[in-house]
Amino acid sequence: MELTGAQALIKSLEAQGVEVIFGIPGGAILPVYDPLIDSPLRHILVRHEQGAGHMAEGYAHVSGRPGVAMVTSGPAATNIVTALADAYMDSIPMVCITGQVALGSIGTDAFQEADTTGITMSVTKHNWLVTSAQDIPRIIKEAFHVATTGRPGPVLVDIPKDVSNQLMQWYWPDEVDMPGYKPTVKGHPKMIKQAAKLILEAKKPVIYAGGGIIRAGASDQLKTLAELISSPVATTLMGRGCFPDEHELAMGMPGMHGTYTAVTAIQKADLLIALGVRFDDRVTGKISSFAPNAKVIHVDIDPAELGKVRHPEVPIVGDVGYVLTELIKEIKNLEKKQDQSDKSAWLKQIKDWQIRFPLTYDKEQTKVIKPQFVVETLSANTPEDTIVVSGVGQHQMFATQYWKFNRPNQWVNSGGLGTMGFAIPAAIGAKVANPSAMVWAIDGDGCFQMTAQELVTASSEKIPIKVAILNNAYLGMVRQWQEMFYEERYSEVYLSPDLPDYVKWAEAMGCVGFRVESPDEVAIVIEKANAINDRPVVIDFRTDSSEKVYPMVPSGASNDDIVVDPSQGQGGM
Amino acid sequence: MKQYKHHTLSVLVENKAGVLSRIAGLFARRGFNIYSLAVAPTDDQKFSQITIVVDVQSAPLEQITKQLFKLINVVKISELDPATSCEYELILAKINAPGNNRASIIELVQLFGGKIVDIGISQLTVMLADSPTKVDDFEALLEPYGIIEVQRTGRVALAKQETSSAKLRSISGKVS
Ligand SMILES: Cc1ncc(C[n+]2csc(CCOP(=O)(O)OP(=O)(O)O)c2C)c(N)n1
Ligand SMILES: [Mg+2]
Repeated sequence: MELTGAQALIKSLEAQGVEVIFGIPGGAILPVYDPLIDSPLRHILVRHEQGAGHMAEGYAHVSGRPGVAMVTSGPAATNIVTALADAYMDSIPMVCITGQVALGSIGTDAFQEADTTGITMSVTKHNWLVTSAQDIPRIIKEAFHVATTGRPGPVLVDIPKDVSNQLMQWYWPDEVDMPGYKPTVKGHPKMIKQAAKLILEAKKPVIYAGGGIIRAGASDQLKTLAELISSPVATTLMGRGCFPDEHELAMGMPGMHGTYTAVTAIQKADLLIALGVRFDDRVTGKISSFAPNAKVIHVDIDPAELGKVRHPEVPIVGDVGYVLTELIKEIKNLEKKQDQSDKSAWLKQIKDWQIRFPLTYDKEQTKVIKPQFVVETLSANTPEDTIVVSGVGQHQMFATQYWKFNRPNQWVNSGGLGTMGFAIPAAIGAKVANPSAMVWAIDGDGCFQMTAQELVTASSEKIPIKVAILNNAYLGMVRQWQEMFYEERYSEVYLSPDLPDYVKWAEAMGCVGFRVESPDEVAIVIEKANAINDRPVVIDFRTDSSEKVYPMVPSGASNDDIVVDPSQGQGGM
Repeated sequence: MKQYKHHTLSVLVENKAGVLSRIAGLFARRGFNIYSLAVAPTDDQKFSQITIVVDVQSAPLEQITKQLFKLINVVKISELDPATSCEYELILAKINAPGNNRASIIELVQLFGGKIVDIGISQLTVMLADSPTKVDDFEALLEPYGIIEVQRTGRVALAKQETSSAKLRSISGKVS
């Protein structure tokens, strides 16, 4: 069968099982948009390419399947770079297709030419510049393979316009042939044995579980392990939901704005079982004083993560789900000969910290709305399987701290890159992936202004997401740092509560808009929003501008110097 | 010249457009230092061989090889130990050689087993292909005469035959 490159591309995406593309057309990708008309593939027309990228990410976060974005050359390709970098940091599988100027024009500074593969080299797992239409099915197959296997990540396929118009003979490859790419899935049995031995000996273990558990679908194994060895569990920002917050072994999040208990337990642990995590600086604080007494077992599918930041006593390269299954078997085996150490004192200590230093804020407040209260009320008044998406800033920390996460793929956020503007488009992608679940974006007023126009996309495509703006009239997180570390010298952080008018703006974009100015209205308006299913809803919650996120480990400080809510006294350890 | 701690990596890569830029980009982005780099085709035209001499003061060798291995087009990395590998480098140098110095430069080149490859009125271009340390010595001894221009290739290396299998540390195909 003879096809054009463009037809072959669409047919390849279909063969790959793609159901939706987030994109926006333009000159160099025009040939591909023509056969799209005749394809069953759903296309969602975005208002900005960054939105397409974050939508693809949100879709991947929730479904575990790669999100697909398609944009034209030059400015469109550069517009999507932020989303690629975001997906790269957070190991989100994503395939981005970009148009490129004709092969013969490459290198001539042609209209809308940008060196897309060059620009995106450092923010993709791999990228391809297609030079012949005959290669398209093979490259698409390879692209999806690379994006979804090993450590997942974004990939990009750049297709010159004339290649899209070239004729090719259709085929669909059975397998990929990539001699330089063979991810290790099974952990080394000897290492797994060693890990089991350390685990049985540990008196004060902590499981430090991250996004890798979610990507690997290993939540069940994680729960089995934690219960088997009675180990408390800290879940990172990317791993929230991989272990139920309501479980008695759950300690919440570690790191800069983690719970006192998670942060302190790691500092005092004698064994750190690190699963699908990368010892990010926001978790470790000052690395030289991080978990100083702990031996480390580190399981990750990416060998380069083992020893990158912290030397592990037992490094295990492999899929964390597979490794955990083997590890659990090994522990059970070993237990026949050797008892586990007694952990009752450790668990009592953990309980004690939890009672003394819970997450807290001023709950007596009746005049101003505390942002934490909005999150708590939302969490309590939405279905169990609600998907929560956030932007970046204080509201993100309040969302991750105060929402009770009990399942994986329920929390969608920009962890590694910290991309303001992530929430709205990512929520749209999440809702497309799981239309039956309620999707709430918890956004900041600053973040909302970066990508709000995608609500037009949501309205026109009938994607009824819900948005809670925690409108504190400030770039709150930056304000907090200026208050705490720059002697309250506020520099360029004030935004105004009512410029723009978020309700009018929401309405102009085809959404329902609400404004909430007092605490007693919070639950009522959330109920109203929950009842709306035919279009997006935006609630402008006017929250306390002066609220700060606690606990906090100041940047660069040791986790031992954790600062707790002022009502809880000095903190520290 | 300042002494760095150098390691030689022999990297087999797929012969695809942009491979070199991926490698160079990776080194730049992760703050690794390349001391020298040489690229050449192999007998199989699908692959090229890159010899990279890395400065392991900038990052541990393990991190460098692991990150390199994450590049999809990198197929195999071998660390070559100088004791058990043949390492060669070529130097071309244009030397100030007026009549009175000419004879002693020619003598030096002959002693090293190098070659005079170009002769001018008051300059000589000399060449030597030898181990990197010999090339260093050669360059240092030429220095006093006045080096006008110098070009070195960076080293290429292969494991030695008899003892190669035992000492050649091969880090093969495991990456995501
Ligand atoms: C694209 C981008 N630009 C700048 C920043 C730096 N930054 C981090 S948080 C923040 C403030 C966010 O303000 P808002 O959305 O109102 O959230 P709040 O902290 O007030 O809850 C800024 C500017 C960023 N993370 N991303
Ligand atoms: Mg704000």
